[in-house]
Amino acid sequence: MSSTPMVLFEEEFKQITAICDQLHRDAAATAVFLVDKNGQLLANSGETGNLDTTSLASLTAGNIAATGGLAQLLGEKEFAIQFHEGEKDNIHISLVGQRVILVIIFDERSSLGLVRLRVRKAGIELAAIFEIIHQKASESGSTVFSEITDDDIDNLFGDG
Amino acid sequence: MSFINYSSREINCKIVYYGPGLCGKTTNLQYIYAKTNPEAKGKMISLETETERTLFFDFLPLSLGEIRGFKTRFHLYTVPGQVFYDASRKLILKGVDGVVFVADSQAERMDANLESLENLRTNLKEQGYDLDALPYVVQYNKRDLPNAIDLDYLKQYINPTNVPDFEAVATTGVGVFDTLKAVAKQVLIELKRGR
Repeated sequence: MSSTPMVLFEEEFKQITAICDQLHRDAAATAVFLVDKNGQLLANSGETGNLDTTSLASLTAGNIAATGGLAQLLGEKEFAIQFHEGEKDNIHISLVGQRVILVIIFDERSSLGLVRLRVRKAGIELAAIFEIIHQKASESGSTVFSEITDDDIDNLFGDG
Repeated sequence: MSFINYSSREINCKIVYYGPGLCGKTTNLQYIYAKTNPEAKGKMISLETETERTLFFDFLPLSLGEIRGFKTRFHLYTVPGQVFYDASRKLILKGVDGVVFVADSQAERMDANLESLENLRTNLKEQGYDLDALPYVVQYNKRDLPNAIDLDYLKQYINPTNVPDFEAVATTGVGVFDTLKAVAKQVLIELKRGR
């Protein structure tokens, strides 16, 4: 039995995007991403135009999954933070509320210390919103897709 | 687990191609990638070894069009088929919405098929899924090879629950899109049921 879909409504989407925007400014980051643990991109902020955001989301989730596997082997629950240092750009990856991944890309205009500090605050705010999102998703049994018909689905595959 | 975004009006689902080593999972994705319009696909990512064996996963994002004003996106993943990569396979099954089991039709790969199928059930169970309750299709690949086993025999062992199944030659694309469509359709039907 698969679990309930993750549903993101307009109101919460605006809230999490606002937090990402704020974090982008406060941490002097190049870009901020919020990714579902299953690899779906939830929100982003900053200079994302040149980035393949879909691939970034999928690889980040893979990375977190692999690191989580390592943690379990060592008897740890999770390694909540990862940091990758490049020549120009760096990536800070952290887990928010066990389910969502917060990714910060930053360069020499910021520092690891500043990013960690800002991420901590934003993480608390995001965790609270995702708590609401999960509640809403489990309460609302039906989605817009309850109304789709077999014809709608057939039409999608009609032109092969 | 699918993801519905009411703000950007998008629906994202995850499909995993499973099967024994060298059965053609990556080849399925490569064919889909090659034959899909550029605007409907993202970049295909392959995390592979130096000898081009899948190390962690392949990933291909696909857009299928719109349903009721919602863009439907499917994220296709393959698992590494080699037996010793089991830890990685478990990770990739997390959040799965639909499964394609790619069987290798060659007689000498029958044991590997059955082992992989058993491994699929076990790994799904560990994640709290039941293969019989998931959108699931079977593909018999490499039907063009001279040592391909009789189809009825394959069906009997690989597909005892009689889910939709397809003969395929992934290298030339035979059966590849039929397989994808069948599983994608099942995923959407599940979604319609409110899962």
